[in-house]
Amino acid sequence: MVEQTAELSGRPWTRYSRKERWLRFTIYFFTLFAVVWAIRDIDIFWPWVWDAPTQIQNLGSRMWPPEFEAWSAILNAMLETVHIATLSTMLTIFIALPVSYIAAQNTTPNRLTLWIGRFILVSSRSVNTIIWALLFVAIFGPGVLAGILAVMFRSVGFIGKLMGEAIEEIDRRPVESMEATGASRMKVVLFGIVPQVMPAFFAIVILRWDINIRESTVLGLVGAGGIGVLLQGSIDTFAWQTVATILLAIIGLVLLGEALTSMLRKKVL
Amino acid sequence: MSEARSGSGPLAGQTWRKPPFIASPWLRYGLLIAVGVYFYWTFNTLPFNWERIAEGLPRAARIFGGAFPPSFERSDLMWTGFKESFQIAFLATLLGVFLSIPIALMAAKNLAPLPIYLLGRGIIILSRSFHPVIVAILFVAAVGFGPLAGILTLTLYSIGFVAKLLAEKVEEIDWGQMEAMRAAGAGFFKTLIYAVFPQILPRQIGLSMYQLDSNLRASAVVGIVGAGGIGSTLMNAFGRYDYDFAFAILILIVGVILVSEGISGWVRKKIW
Amino acid sequence: MLEISNLVKRYGSDDPVLKGLDLVVEGNTVVSVVGASGAGKSTMLRCINRLVEPSSGSIQLNGRELVNLRGANLRHARRKIGMVFQGFNLIDRLTVMENVLAGRLGYVSFYQALTRKFPQTDIDRAFHLMDRVGIAHYADKRADELSGGERQRVGVIRALMQEPEILLADEPTASLDLKTSEQIMVLLQSLASELSLPVLINIHNVSQARTYTDRIVGLRNGQMIFDGTPGEFNQEALDAIYGGIEAPDETGGEEQPTAEARTT
Repeated sequence: MVEQTAELSGRPWTRYSRKERWLRFTIYFFTLFAVVWAIRDIDIFWPWVWDAPTQIQNLGSRMWPPEFEAWSAILNAMLETVHIATLSTMLTIFIALPVSYIAAQNTTPNRLTLWIGRFILVSSRSVNTIIWALLFVAIFGPGVLAGILAVMFRSVGFIGKLMGEAIEEIDRRPVESMEATGASRMKVVLFGIVPQVMPAFFAIVILRWDINIRESTVLGLVGAGGIGVLLQGSIDTFAWQTVATILLAIIGLVLLGEALTSMLRKKVL
Repeated sequence: MSEARSGSGPLAGQTWRKPPFIASPWLRYGLLIAVGVYFYWTFNTLPFNWERIAEGLPRAARIFGGAFPPSFERSDLMWTGFKESFQIAFLATLLGVFLSIPIALMAAKNLAPLPIYLLGRGIIILSRSFHPVIVAILFVAAVGFGPLAGILTLTLYSIGFVAKLLAEKVEEIDWGQMEAMRAAGAGFFKTLIYAVFPQILPRQIGLSMYQLDSNLRASAVVGIVGAGGIGSTLMNAFGRYDYDFAFAILILIVGVILVSEGISGWVRKKIW
Repeated sequence: MLEISNLVKRYGSDDPVLKGLDLVVEGNTVVSVVGASGAGKSTMLRCINRLVEPSSGSIQLNGRELVNLRGANLRHARRKIGMVFQGFNLIDRLTVMENVLAGRLGYVSFYQALTRKFPQTDIDRAFHLMDRVGIAHYADKRADELSGGERQRVGVIRALMQEPEILLADEPTASLDLKTSEQIMVLLQSLASELSLPVLINIHNVSQARTYTDRIVGLRNGQMIFDGTPGEFNQEALDAIYGGIEAPDETGGEEQPTAEARTT
């Protein structure tokens, strides 16, 4: 064994092969290059960057202690926010379900409807809720309607896409057996598809409702109702302590929403 | 024997109803009534400015008329705005992912002592609770308009997502590997490098790509409140009623999101 | 009476899976279809109720041509054809009663289906059939809580709820253990005589085919190469159908032919 050890000594070992090292080096190099370019090219006034921690601290101290005087207005606005989220989630269901049906490859009547369904879902998902809100505020004026429509238009894509995937993943065999009994298409869907996607449906809607509560809090910043209107107003008037209260209220709402949705999820599934 | 054919026998005439999804009839009808009442009540109490809404459809017609065809004339503005969005997203992802690693280690119950664990978890919860737009407004108020606020916002946003997932991963690691390193006499940091990182970092690349994609979408939005990027360009166009330009920007945003989604999906497939 | 003439099924431009089948099944007989995997048994059965589209040929049930029906006519024809599946194909999340009543979907309106308000005669028949096969106490249990044999019984009476003119069974016992599969075969046999129903069963357990059916039809490579009584189904027939492809399932009957031991 000692002779073998003598033969084996001097053999090199590296963690990465030559090829791998080259690859890693290239990646690091390009990333570094991109970082340097981004930092140099970006439109930032660098003295402000070093000043940033002080500024942030400054803002923080101006928000302390939180001012509770406007609490009833805040409460009303929070309620409005919850209504926006809830109404739009409920209304979205009626639109998202048929769209998900035609956007699922195994249930869509023909290629054109598949394309239309997918197009609707993709456009809905790619435009952020706030941008939808901007659009609807421009059309219908500031207010709750713009907010509800904005959340609806965004939620259709979310619910529709996930439901479409749930539909595509069903077991084909119950569908086949329902067809064999001579049932019409609608009855086949009712007995063969609906029972299979029910659990997914509840989970998806509950999840989206939770997300929508969060989204609804910021709609007011572009005028579409909810607590965001109060928030924007307080910021514009530099009422930082009220801002702090509003932020606390928002955290409270989000936590409440999460608690509620996880409880609902346990009950339903 | 026609036993199987006839409907007679001991069970004939027995009625049957489908066992309802919600067993208690009170709860069932109560829920239905509650939903109906809810709709009625909210529609009545929520402030709808019906006059303004009625103006909506003709307005919509005007806006869509003005928006079509989309105007790509000021493409240099669009290019600058988009470039800035990309820079914001890129730097924020890098910074966010980089910071997520120590924060995730802090927020892992199996690694960190209790006070540090609470601190780590607190940072993550704080980062997640607020919509990035709100965070953006606060940073704009603190450090001024421009991409700096955007980078800070999205860094926090990234931490909220990446650190949370990493922390969960850390809590699920195979403890045996840690033990082995400790038994060999390695200190805390060396143990980290040899036992923890190899278990959590492989997923990191996929996560980072996903977060880059996420940040690119979000950067379009935080710009709306002044944190830089294509969102600011969009807001300006909207404010000046340049709907055809706004439409062009919107198309660009949607296009970029789709491309980015495609690329990140492809990269993640390659890495898995 | 079922009449199949010159049935051909071809996928793309490949070799046809069914190459001109002819078969006549009279009422009140139980016919088993045997053959190796890929011989075309399942395809032939599914052509009858058009779950698979025939490429050419004719299929007539009690004088009614099935091959060119579409839309509502097809659905009405399917109502009269009951099918039992190898995987039971039940709606797992619904109750046994709902699964049984689903056999009536071709007869009730959408509203009745949605609200589960089926006619009392249907409910009576459902209870009666469930009692007949011994699962009446499971009426409100979820279908996926039953054992394999019980689930297949649900599948059988679901098909019978359609008041069919013919019962098709596609390897109904392949997923069941030996004892349970014999129970199902006995059930199919007795139901066939009680209801004077023609029954067509795909099966690859040759000895069960011999024991429980009146007539055996053998397919190989899409062609029928045997049609006769169980008594006529001898070793030669077995080799003709399975020889060189696979040893069929031979457990559970009186005879134990030893095809593997024979070297040809």
